[in-house]
Amino acid sequence: MHRFANPTRFLRLSAAILPWSAGLTIVLMAVGLVTGLMVSPADYQQGESVRIMYVHVPSAWMGMLAYSVMAISSAVALIWKHPLADLIAKSSAPAGAAFTFLCLVTGSLWGKPMWGAWWVWDARLTSMLILLFLYLGYMALVSAFDDPARGAKAGAILALVGFVNVPIIKFSVDWWNTLHQPASVTKLGMPSIATPMLIPLLVMALAFHAYYVTVLLLGVRAEITAAKVRAIRLTQVHE
Amino acid sequence: MMVAFADIVRRDVRLALRQGADSLTVVAFFIIGVVLFAFGVGPEMAVLERISAGVLWVMALLASLLSLDRLFQTDYEDGSLDLLALTPTPLGVIVAAKVTAHWLTTGLPLIATAPVLAVLLNMNTAGFGALMLAMILGTPTLSLIGAVGAALVLGARRGGVLLSLLVLPLYIPVLVFGVSAIDSAVMGMATQAQFFILGALLLGTLVLCPWATQAALRQAVE
Repeated sequence: MHRFANPTRFLRLSAAILPWSAGLTIVLMAVGLVTGLMVSPADYQQGESVRIMYVHVPSAWMGMLAYSVMAISSAVALIWKHPLADLIAKSSAPAGAAFTFLCLVTGSLWGKPMWGAWWVWDARLTSMLILLFLYLGYMALVSAFDDPARGAKAGAILALVGFVNVPIIKFSVDWWNTLHQPASVTKLGMPSIATPMLIPLLVMALAFHAYYVTVLLLGVRAEITAAKVRAIRLTQVHE
Repeated sequence: MMVAFADIVRRDVRLALRQGADSLTVVAFFIIGVVLFAFGVGPEMAVLERISAGVLWVMALLASLLSLDRLFQTDYEDGSLDLLALTPTPLGVIVAAKVTAHWLTTGLPLIATAPVLAVLLNMNTAGFGALMLAMILGTPTLSLIGAVGAALVLGARRGGVLLSLLVLPLYIPVLVFGVSAIDSAVMGMATQAQFFILGALLLGTLVLCPWATQAALRQAVE
């Protein structure tokens, strides 16, 4: 892990990965959207609106994954003072917040025809909303200090404290009797979803992962560049 | 260590009492907030009775939030926090002492005021016992969670607004189970589960929050 703590090595490595992850995003997204919106069958109960799932479910997964990445890299940053881990946590937050927001918006659009309401105060919806607030709080805290290192450290502690919410979201549909349906893909044994629907869903999930990797790498590269610019400005002030 | 703990509790409580207005302001805020609800919703007794548990808990949350800034802010500004961090007593113990003092000067007055406001809101008398017990279990949790937020925003720009964004989402479990305990008691159902969860929240935060708070303080005084 410490091999990758070197920013120069990271810049070289990420420059090699970026075109691949960006290309993969475009290809998978195209395939996933075409199969999801045109090829896959409509649901016998929900009709055409089931297609919202191909955006809604992957963005929910990514919202939680991005927070987990943020929390784990925060822990790494606090324990080993890994210089890149802070930047990864910081760049993961806006992407995760966007995924969570997308999940809430698509869920709301899906909820209207299915449940007859844009929003219900259901355990999973509410905990997802809390996740969005945790992201917003994290981003506000990180940018509230004049010294970026202070902000990163305070943010790391907050990310770890807020991490308790992720298992609550994951298991909320099992623990509480809610309107939101329980997990149907990540069940042990056979997933209870028809294969023609599962394939576009998984393709879309992969596309979202590739997109997340692309955005994360771009964000970290931008942070490294910003740090360099700050250092150059400081030397100019001293001269 | 216990001596240092007791000393810091005594110091903080004495400071709060000398400044006098502090505890009273929190209680006054609690009362005025509840009264505003009564004006906003209207004087219908049935409606007020239905929302009383929720209103009391939300206002208790906000009142507790409002007083968090004095937990570390003044000590941070006048430098006593640096001295406290240098003492041989573990910083976690100091944090626990400061949180205890915060609860004694805000949580306790809130608990004492809550039943009076419950009467004003026409709460069913069956819910009073549950209200008191839920408050006793819940308000220390609020102080403990709030301490983490208060330590994190030390030295930040717009700390006050930021603090509410950080702390309020984490307050939600206490709110949910606190209200649910009272509602169950009013409807004559078993309330044991809610109290167990509130107790578990208190024990969990009692272990984790002083630790997180001292990590946040360390990077603030560094």
